[in-house]
Amino acid sequence: MEPILEIKNLSYIYSIGTPFEHKALDNISFAVHRGEFIGIIGHTGSGKSTLMQQLNGLLKPTSGTVLLEGKDIWSDKQLTRQARFRVGLVFQYPEYQLFEETVYRDIAFGPKNMGLSAEEIDRRVREAAGFVGLTAEQLEVSPFDLSGGQKRRVAIAGVIAMEPEVLILDEPTAGLDPIGRAEILGNIESYRRAKNATIMMVSHSMEDVARLTDRLLVLNGSKLAMDGTPAEVFTHAEELVDMGLSIPEVTQVFLHLRKLGLDVENVYTIGQAVAALKKIRGGAAHA
Amino acid sequence: MLKDITLGQYFPGHSVIHRLDPRTKLIMLVVYIVALFLAKTWVSYALMLAFLVWVIQISTIPPKAIVRGMKPLVMILLFTGILNLFFSQDGRVLVHFWIITVTTGGVSRAAMMMARILMLITGSFLLTYTTSPIALTDGLESLMGPLKKLKVPVHELAMMMCIALRFIPTLIEETDKIMSAQKARGADFENGSLMDRAKALIPILVPLFISAFRRADELATAMECRCYQGGEGRTKMKQLHYHRNDFFAFGIGGAVVLAVVVLGQFGL
Repeated sequence: MEPILEIKNLSYIYSIGTPFEHKALDNISFAVHRGEFIGIIGHTGSGKSTLMQQLNGLLKPTSGTVLLEGKDIWSDKQLTRQARFRVGLVFQYPEYQLFEETVYRDIAFGPKNMGLSAEEIDRRVREAAGFVGLTAEQLEVSPFDLSGGQKRRVAIAGVIAMEPEVLILDEPTAGLDPIGRAEILGNIESYRRAKNATIMMVSHSMEDVARLTDRLLVLNGSKLAMDGTPAEVFTHAEELVDMGLSIPEVTQVFLHLRKLGLDVENVYTIGQAVAALKKIRGGAAHA
Repeated sequence: MLKDITLGQYFPGHSVIHRLDPRTKLIMLVVYIVALFLAKTWVSYALMLAFLVWVIQISTIPPKAIVRGMKPLVMILLFTGILNLFFSQDGRVLVHFWIITVTTGGVSRAAMMMARILMLITGSFLLTYTTSPIALTDGLESLMGPLKKLKVPVHELAMMMCIALRFIPTLIEETDKIMSAQKARGADFENGSLMDRAKALIPILVPLFISAFRRADELATAMECRCYQGGEGRTKMKQLHYHRNDFFAFGIGGAVVLAVVVLGQFGL
């Protein structure tokens, strides 16, 4: 299967030629397929945000290429603009970009820029609102009258309404309460299921990425340090800690159990932990 | 792209100029500007230029940074130059076309005005490049101290200025962020008619204003939480003191003005 996005030897240097020159990405390569749920983890300043902005053509690579369905997004202007719509990007604290008079019009901003017909815009706005759990009445109020969590949903809906094939989110749950977090993560997952879209999510919660994603990209010091399933990545606990990251708490507990001599496999979600413990108890009962 | 605007940004360093008392630098800037306006001839301009170049050199500010800061002012400079070109009708006629007459006097006047503005701006840049905003407002507050007697809220004004300066980089960063976010939703700021481009600014300006007010609100709360009260009875962590170098600077500044005045007396 052809990857939807392919990044080849990507490097990016900020403020090139000034005293503030800074290498943010160093020779990064990976490919992304349709329907994947990818977590991006890395310490502050490891290049996560810069990488995200490369993927939809907001920043131009200093060297290397970004291929969208095999075509270099910088090879012509039209393709760069297309990349903005096909690869949707939700920034950190996206609620601070809302500007329209009603929620409806704010969500419609992206589709309008795509030059879609009025009916198509209407369909997309209502569908996107549905994905994030906004009611029809809420579409008609001012976004500034909503609560923080609801504003966040409006902002995410604004990107979802463009129906991107790849949806990239930078810490979508930062600063939300546990219920708000669970709901937003559920919204993202239902969008992925409905459209077979690829999700790339930057997160600092190891529990979230362990539970939701099927692949993890670990950035460290501008380089791609690891690329694998959560199970693979979380076996490198010590290296992750060296990078200023951590592993899920339940994984820590189980690693410790193993050190104490208990024969358990590596787990990284609560569900797996329960299954593993049941297995031990079952085994003990038989003996 | 927005980060390239360096208009009046502090350039950290440890040069003699950096270490001067901010009050000295402020007074010297005024002295320098007065001298610039007293200068009427090319000889005195050359003297001022030499002085300016010397100060730039010992300030260790890269000349590139100063040139970069000039870029937004090119239009004003050109406008002044062209206007002055027709202002004076002295000297030999160079070009005569319809109602437009350009004379040697006009050319020399235009060149002088442009040089004056250029040197004026460079001088002011030097002040803000070598003085941190905090030091600058401290200096201003101290210099305006006597106005307190006239019930001018000097401390409050200085505080407002300090806060305004402090938030310029923050707001620039914020603008950058909002622009990226709207671009990610397909906003287009570069193409289309003037009207289209003006309209394209709304998605940036609305969130920017909201965030500026939010920040102001948060800052006010934070200040009140710490019982901030303003000028009366407030002491400073960093007291300003004049040092030996400051007196040297006053001496040199006085000498430059004197030289310009004397040169003017001789019609040079």
